[in-house]
Amino acid sequence: MTNSINEILETDVILVIGSNTTEAHPVTGYRIRQAVQNGKKLIVADPRKIELVKYADLWLRHRPGTDIALLNGLAHVILRDDLWDKQFVAERSEGFEEFKKTVAKYTPERVAEITGVEAGLIEQAARMYGKAEKATIIYAMGITQHASGTHNVMAVANLAILTGNVGRPGTGVDPLRGQNNVQGACDMGCLPNYYPSYQPVDDPHVQSNFERFWQAKLPQEVGLTVTEMTDAARQGKIKCMYIMGENPVLSDPDGNRVVEALQALEFLVVQDIFLTETAQLAEVVLPAVTFAEKNGTFTNTERRIQLVRKAIDTTSSAKPDWQIIIELAQKMGHFWQYPGGPEQIMEEIARCAPLYGGISHHRLEKGGIHWPCPTPGHPGTAYLHADGFARGKGKFHSVEHVPPAEEPDEEYPLLLITGRMLYHFHTGTMSRRSHLEELRSEELAMMHPQDAEAYGIKDKDRIVVESRRGKVTTRVQVTDFVPPGSIFMTFHFKETPTNVLTIASTDPICKIPELKVCAVKIRVPFPGQARRHPESFSCH
Amino acid sequence: MCVVEVKGARKLMAACATPVSDGMEVLTESDRVINARREILRLLIANHDLRCLTCERNGDCRLQDYCYRYKVEDTPYKGEVIEYPIDTNNPFFIRDYSKCIRCGKCVTVCAEINGAYVYDFMHRGFETKVTSAYDDTLQETTCTFCGMCVNVCPVAALVEKSTLWAGRPWEIKKVTTTCPYCGVGCQLKLKVKDNRIIGVAADRSGPNLGDLCSKGQFGWDYVHSPDRLTDPLVKRNGKFIKVSWDEALNYVAARFKDILNEWGGRAFAGLSSAKCTNEENYLFQKFMRSILQTNNIDHCARL
Amino acid sequence: MRRKVLVCGGTGCVSSRSREVYDALESELAGRGLGEQFELKYTGCHGFCEQGPLVLVEPEGYFYCRVTKEHVAKLVDSLQEGSVYEDLLYKDPDTGNRVKTRNDVPFYQKQKRLVLKNCGLINPESIEDYLNAGGYRTLQKVFKMSPDAVIDEVKKAGLRGRGGGGFPTGLKWEYARKARGDKKYIICNADEGDPGAFMDRSILEGDPHRVLEGMLTAGYAIGAGEGFVYIRAEYPLAVRRLDIAIKEAREKGFLGENILGSGFNFDIHIKQGAGAFVCGEETALIESIQGNRGMPRPRPPFPAVKGLWDRPTVVNNVETLANLPIIFDMGAEAYAAIGTEQSKGTKIFALTGKIKNTGLVEVPMGITLREIIFDIGGGIPNGKKFKAVQIGGPSGGGLSAQHLDLPIDYDSLIDAGAMMGSGGLVVMDEDTCMVELARFFLSFTRMEACGKCTPCREGNTRLLEILERIVEGRGELQDLDLLESLGHTIIDTSLCGLGQSAPNPVLSALKYFRPEYEMHVKNKLCPAGVCKALLSYRIIEEKCKACGLCLKHCPVGAITGKKGEPHRIDPEMCKKCGECLKKCPFGAIVLAGGDGFGQGQSDHKRNHVSRTQALYNLKSGGRERH
Ligand SMILES: Cc1cc2nc3c(=O)[nH]c(=O)nc-3n(C[C@H](O)[C@H](O)[C@H](O)COP(=O)(O)O)c2cc1C
Ligand code: SF4
Ligand code: SF4
Ligand code: SF4
Repeated sequence: MTNSINEILETDVILVIGSNTTEAHPVTGYRIRQAVQNGKKLIVADPRKIELVKYADLWLRHRPGTDIALLNGLAHVILRDDLWDKQFVAERSEGFEEFKKTVAKYTPERVAEITGVEAGLIEQAARMYGKAEKATIIYAMGITQHASGTHNVMAVANLAILTGNVGRPGTGVDPLRGQNNVQGACDMGCLPNYYPSYQPVDDPHVQSNFERFWQAKLPQEVGLTVTEMTDAARQGKIKCMYIMGENPVLSDPDGNRVVEALQALEFLVVQDIFLTETAQLAEVVLPAVTFAEKNGTFTNTERRIQLVRKAIDTTSSAKPDWQIIIELAQKMGHFWQYPGGPEQIMEEIARCAPLYGGISHHRLEKGGIHWPCPTPGHPGTAYLHADGFARGKGKFHSVEHVPPAEEPDEEYPLLLITGRMLYHFHTGTMSRRSHLEELRSEELAMMHPQDAEAYGIKDKDRIVVESRRGKVTTRVQVTDFVPPGSIFMTFHFKETPTNVLTIASTDPICKIPELKVCAVKIRVPFPGQARRHPESFSCH
Repeated sequence: MCVVEVKGARKLMAACATPVSDGMEVLTESDRVINARREILRLLIANHDLRCLTCERNGDCRLQDYCYRYKVEDTPYKGEVIEYPIDTNNPFFIRDYSKCIRCGKCVTVCAEINGAYVYDFMHRGFETKVTSAYDDTLQETTCTFCGMCVNVCPVAALVEKSTLWAGRPWEIKKVTTTCPYCGVGCQLKLKVKDNRIIGVAADRSGPNLGDLCSKGQFGWDYVHSPDRLTDPLVKRNGKFIKVSWDEALNYVAARFKDILNEWGGRAFAGLSSAKCTNEENYLFQKFMRSILQTNNIDHCARL
Repeated sequence: MRRKVLVCGGTGCVSSRSREVYDALESELAGRGLGEQFELKYTGCHGFCEQGPLVLVEPEGYFYCRVTKEHVAKLVDSLQEGSVYEDLLYKDPDTGNRVKTRNDVPFYQKQKRLVLKNCGLINPESIEDYLNAGGYRTLQKVFKMSPDAVIDEVKKAGLRGRGGGGFPTGLKWEYARKARGDKKYIICNADEGDPGAFMDRSILEGDPHRVLEGMLTAGYAIGAGEGFVYIRAEYPLAVRRLDIAIKEAREKGFLGENILGSGFNFDIHIKQGAGAFVCGEETALIESIQGNRGMPRPRPPFPAVKGLWDRPTVVNNVETLANLPIIFDMGAEAYAAIGTEQSKGTKIFALTGKIKNTGLVEVPMGITLREIIFDIGGGIPNGKKFKAVQIGGPSGGGLSAQHLDLPIDYDSLIDAGAMMGSGGLVVMDEDTCMVELARFFLSFTRMEACGKCTPCREGNTRLLEILERIVEGRGELQDLDLLESLGHTIIDTSLCGLGQSAPNPVLSALKYFRPEYEMHVKNKLCPAGVCKALLSYRIIEEKCKACGLCLKHCPVGAITGKKGEPHRIDPEMCKKCGECLKKCPFGAIVLAGGDGFGQGQSDHKRNHVSRTQALYNLKSGGRERH
């Protein structure tokens, strides 16, 4: 996020796109709602009738996969009606002329055709956002998990730059991170192309710095992403994987291919707290401990680094992940010594990751700090780009609407949208082992009443959902939460591993899989029966 | 309880609801104020289940605190005491309205922070009750089980089930930490007794300002799940068997070395975790890069 | 000129079947072909409910009381003849003389009917009638003035809120006029929650357009475009007549856009309330209109600054609004000449209780209680003595004989420990027990609190419980101090007017009738003979002929006595069934206040078992799963 969560309360207009905030990031959802209660304006752009729609001034129900068209359409109206921040654009951006040419094509009428949102609504939304003194855009995986994910994000950024909504409190573009430490994992260089603090691996200067710092020779070429790894493993190019705390069998797209890939490996080590679906495929499983049993730090979606404190001792022989890695390094014959534990590791991080330069556990005792925090005396940075962009000037990227990789056709007539729900988390490894399970213990695929009627499906009926890649069974919830022609499923329930359906086609730049949409068809195995004997289908 | 005396005003004023004006003289602990507060406390305890001995909030109760502070030992009002059955229907907390002091704090957080509008004042007069619409169980309402009402309740009217009979408040250690679920990074306090987590309390220091959702508030019990992995496992003939750490790590190290020697770094790939700490992620990529000689590192950031 | 026959259609008369009279008159007149000569009207309340159903014949002013449909034929005879139907004329209870016309009836003589001027004389369901009576005339005047000038005029008139508080209306308007807001609202408070009060209802039922005219004036003054009448759903007749009035006013262009070519737009809507007492409190009322639970909120900010939907809002009582046409009709100065220094104009009271002439009266401020009770109200029936009067309903206070010559206005009543309230006036004679009376009012208020403030929610119940103890003969002397101190705390610490006034009946009674309370507590005696527990059956020795009948019939054997000597009742054993009294042929047994004793343990037992069980059933500690 360029700005912090509680700045939402200070903004005038909030545009939420591709984020079911109240379920996926509840506390951020509270803030949006509070802002609305305090009279702030809210625009929701989402194909689904999410909870926030109730509070929204405007709801743009665009077709899944048409975010760019919609965002460009908004920019078009803002330019046309002269609502853009000319001074900001002149002084702090580049690429404007080309951008202007691109969006000129996105007249409200044309956008209406692509997105299915009325032209009038698009104009209203553009004016509401454009006229605001302070406006912020909140988005999440709903717009990044597409083949065009990177372009989607650029289109969002364009809008913010165009209206000068950057670098002030209560403005900005705010992606919401799905998991507690996605931000931190990226910051730490758990990416194929970056060392910690986003230092490129293919920069020889950076490489030699790290070689000196770690006293080791380092590989030069940029590595593979998750999806590429799967392919490489299936082709036999990758022989060995070491997986720490992840469950790609359920969380990654096209789950059947993931299983094939992992089975093709010569050697698989999985380190986790539970015997997950992925761990079951491993040759060696190393038991790790939970957040409550170790010290360390997490970095949240607003770049705030906060302490994790050990609350209880582990009662088994399981060990914290950091300790396992150190011991493994030692067994490999490397002299890794961290007697000071996580605190000392953070000291090392501070020395090689400039964004974390001023961070120490000692400082964090007094509360979280937002990076960048280059020096021990630096207070941290709640909002970015106060006096300039990282790359000098904000660049407009001219991006065009491209249809999703797989669209419904005659054979697979429905669009599948995937996402999260409030009571569970990710692949359910943790949340389903808590009392939250009592609130919700199985997948309920959401279908619009129109579709349900067309298929003769009733609430709680059992159906088979099938894509070109696999099939799952699930029960149905009939609701107008989803638009007609699509169904919505989560990936929390191993009994219904939704990701065997999804497509592994990835965004060409960022390699984010197109999890959000793919084409499916459904079958009703026993029409009507589920209603007569609901208990015979219960999951337990 | 928030009444104060304002010089010149005919009656006592509610401090929480009276805007300050220029030159206003406010007495917060005058005799008149103290007497009023004592009287209010006497009224409160006259209609309260006063079995403090085994009350979960004994020692951590605002009603006790104020009675102590204003030396209210007993009440002259011996009369009707309304008894309500305890609602134990939801999985997370009990609602024992015989202990409710009708302060309305739960109503406020629920409406103003969560937006669920579950609670409100019901009935009138002496029979006023603060509860869900029609007194329904919470599953039948719009409740999202964020548990914020439990955290703001000053008495033992709303109590986490996990803390019942689990320890006296002063025996419970509270450890501030970060929620392990989503990217908001809420701060919370784990309540720990005898090396077990027994609940969660609010912490105001983080981005959440004390607010939580159901996952942060009630989603912690997987920590004590019997499914937890306890020992390293190695698969032999298709079945996992428990081995010692030494054995497991030696084996892994040996296989890593073999593969490294035979195929080089390109044959490795590592997935780190968005649920592990920064320190662990740092060591993981350092391990992959400097020891296993590969940049094939990723995690589920994109998911 | 056509003669008018006005049948009272106020709620009081309706319940004594005035509709039947009206229908019978209609068919009788039509049957005799007199429909053209006589204009028959079904009007609003005439006020003299005690004597209903009432029929007034104009222009002669013949005033017929207690008319039933059986009288109709003869009544029409007299109409035809132009004579008086003597039997139906009001009979002065003192002199026994028949009084011919309404103005000669003492009940009306001391009144000053300004607000109620039209009530009973016009058909409330006809805007024509109202227009003929001069209605909506003041609007022309008002619209010619600037809004500020209108407010000045109201200030000069010295009008104060009739809803209870007595807040200067002009000042309230000025705040609302000065407050900024894209919209402003006028709310007419017709909740009238006091039990026993019915003046607002009578105005709305008898002369609804007057209230609309007042609202229009208020709306123009503060710059509001919309008004609401918040009225309790228990007033269906008032709701209906108001509804008709609004429709007619819209048709005639008194509501809507550009009213009378002034450029001023205003419309009025009706909101029906569920009838909780506290919803009459202005902030609770606003919450209620907004669709929330009717719960008062702290002031400031006052509604005049931040009210309905956070916009400046003036809440005025029905009667307050109904005064406005009078002010602009007679002029502020003439209006201000009526009343006292600080309270101007008239006030309507609902006279009830132990009084001969119950009904609705409008009197100038500054009139004494004696004039109201004895001159207008005709005094206490059955030759009983006046004891007290409760003014202001459950939030008011009881005044004693010492206050009979107090000129009443807002401030004098407050000083005496009562309040104007909405104008309920309940008269009590010597048979009323002041402890029991306070108990009665508290049992009402304690269930009306919204529940927000501890003192009001819990405290009033405790006051009630103490009073119950006293009434039941279990009171102790320190209970009286407890009542006083608790009462003052409740007043001091409650948020809204309900809590701040709920202890008034107790406190004023304690102030003026303390000896009576002490008798209950010390001597276990109820001087008024009301408190059952404090009464006992006694045998008057002189009258007892020792027949033994009572002894034989006492089911518990509480009566002893030998032949020839007076019998005795053992008070400890007596169950107070009253059998003996019924059986005594000589009237020697009486029920009287005496040495009562405690009775009826009403302490509430706690039911621990189920609760504890529920707790134990829950597993302790971090729970196991799987
Ligand atoms: C408990 C309570 C009940 C009230 N009930 C009424 C009522 O029934 N009718 C009314 O006009 N005012 C009532 N009021 C007074 C209103 O709050 C408000 O002061 C009044 O409507 C203002 O109008 P006025 O200035 O014209 O008197 C009540 C006040 C309280 C505290
Ligand atoms: S917070 Fe607790 S004490 Fe206060 S009203 Fe709610 S349940 Fe009752
Ligand atoms: S409490 Fe809820 S909102 Fe906060 S971090 Fe945890 S999961 Fe996210
Ligand atoms: S004084 Fe009574 S009625 Fe008024 S706000 Fe308080 S509790 Fe509610």
